[in-house]
Amino acid sequence: MASDLAVQVEGLHKRYGEKPALDGFDLDVRAGTVHGLLGPNGAGKTTAVRVLATLLRADGGRALVAGYDVSRQPAHVRERIGLVGQHAAVDEVLGGRDNLVMFGRLFHLGKREAGRRADHLLERFGLADAAGKPVKRYSGGMRRRLDLAASLILRPAVLFLDEPTTGLDPRGRNEVWAAVRALVADGTTVLLTTQYLDEADQLASRISVLDHGRVVAGGTPDELKSRIGGDRLDVVVRADADLAGAAAVLKGLADAEPEVDPDSRRVSAPVRDRVAALTEAVRILAARGIAVEDIALRRPTLDEVFLRTTEVAG
Amino acid sequence: MRLRWALADGWTITLRDLKHWAAQPWQIVFGLLFSVMLVLMFGYLFGGAIEVPGGGDYREFLLPGMFATTMLFGLEATYTAVTTDADRGVTDRFRAMPIAGSAVVVGRATADMLNSLLTLAAMVACGLAVGWRWHEGIGAALGAFGLLLLLRFALLWLGIWLALVLRSPEALMALQVLVWPLGFLSNVYVSPETMPGWLGALAEWNPLSATVGAARELFGNPGWGGDSWVAQHTTLMAVAWPALLVAIFFPLSVRAYQRLSR
Ligand SMILES: Nc1ncnc2c1ncn2[C@@H]1O[C@H](COP(=O)(O)OP(=O)(O)OP(=O)(O)O)[C@@H](O)[C@H]1O
Ligand SMILES: [Mg+2]
Repeated sequence: MASDLAVQVEGLHKRYGEKPALDGFDLDVRAGTVHGLLGPNGAGKTTAVRVLATLLRADGGRALVAGYDVSRQPAHVRERIGLVGQHAAVDEVLGGRDNLVMFGRLFHLGKREAGRRADHLLERFGLADAAGKPVKRYSGGMRRRLDLAASLILRPAVLFLDEPTTGLDPRGRNEVWAAVRALVADGTTVLLTTQYLDEADQLASRISVLDHGRVVAGGTPDELKSRIGGDRLDVVVRADADLAGAAAVLKGLADAEPEVDPDSRRVSAPVRDRVAALTEAVRILAARGIAVEDIALRRPTLDEVFLRTTEVAG
Repeated sequence: MRLRWALADGWTITLRDLKHWAAQPWQIVFGLLFSVMLVLMFGYLFGGAIEVPGGGDYREFLLPGMFATTMLFGLEATYTAVTTDADRGVTDRFRAMPIAGSAVVVGRATADMLNSLLTLAAMVACGLAVGWRWHEGIGAALGAFGLLLLLRFALLWLGIWLALVLRSPEALMALQVLVWPLGFLSNVYVSPETMPGWLGALAEWNPLSATVGAARELFGNPGWGGDSWVAQHTTLMAVAWPALLVAIFFPLSVRAYQRLSR
């Protein structure tokens, strides 16, 4: 195997009853990078992470993590990974420090070393002030950061993060993002699952788009975004009669056919140069006397990403 | 080496429970108060309503049954602890760490047994305060305590197995539907011989009845006696039942733990 790959997956299959959760899942993650696994609910993200973290046995295929086979050498894999599951897996009753010391002891650090490591991690994740407070009184963001810290006690070679910011407010999200960025600076390999394109965009150097248990598109965030059309320009017109006119204007500015939604009187199209497209649209719409209720630039939603990627793939 | 780590890791996980006690002392206190309240309630409230076999002291008769019922209710504590960990993902974190699965279980078992020992000690103290005594010497009394804890130990595996199979903290209610009849359909309060035929047989064969019968005998406290084979061999059954429970539910628990990766 290529030694610069921290995760190497070939043709992973896993089914629950009749329903496949992973259906020929392939993945290569280069060591020292953040790889985003992007997919909607039920795409198989958690299943993939659980197989890679030795929690779940695949029905077929092969997966190497840090050079070891997850099904044949799980003990070696476990010594080299950290896992942050979809829900913070820490003891709610204990304080943050007691949690980290306990996990440190379970990683077979000496008593003194476990304490030192706990203090270091609390400091690093901005939890030193809450070290003695029971975790059930932590905010969502603090809990996540403690969860991250607990996964980093042994300085794992590969860290799995399953939707680390789902359910967090923007502030908690930023806290977790900052923590992940700091990790990568340290050289940890991170496989991150997310439902949000912008999260993958912010953190990952490569993205795989997962749908129905297999990768339907992959590449750097820029590649992926240009393939799916980057930002979108939305125009909401005041009168139904202007819909066709607005669509004609956007068609001239966009890289693809605009989508028209008569119910909300919205015309939407992917654009490449966002600011130029916006100013041009405003100018032309005004010149043609089309009354506009709202006009906005936005990132494509995941649905749009999937529409496009399945179009591209199929 | 592996065994040493399994034991050390098990102890770390036990310590975690002990720290829970320290962090929420009121929970332990309320747990103990509940047991004490049971003793007082049954000892004084219902004391007059039940004819004690051989005309002995009612509380002498009652206490061994209360001890055993408390051991039975320990099942709920085990169940709650295991499902809560599974629910919060703590079990997954343990499983993704380089520690033996047996360590997690040993830790759980030790913590629960320590907890039960503490509860039993509180109930014994309370029993002594309300006039309960043992009469057959300290050796026999220790034997009785041993049988009570043996029952708790056996139920531990039933609790772990149920928790791993049902996996839902909410199913505790369903578990209580199972546990409470087991507590009452026994020789703890009423003589099985006064129950309708098949119900009485069920009560006599209830593992709880075996432990209670044996404990009464070993403490020298009044009991129902009875002519059936089980009623005559309570001590044997108080060992055989837990042994059987362990033989069934220990392997099942191990298998259920391994099946988490399915
Ligand atoms: N234990 C299970 N039993 C049965 N089906 C399951 C189980 N776990 C997952 N599935 C199914 O497998 C598919 C993939 O689920 P998975 O949890 O991996 O998706 P996901 O991408 O993590 O979704 P989400 O964004 O909701 O977390 C889903 O259709 C799900 O219903
Ligand atoms: Mg998931």
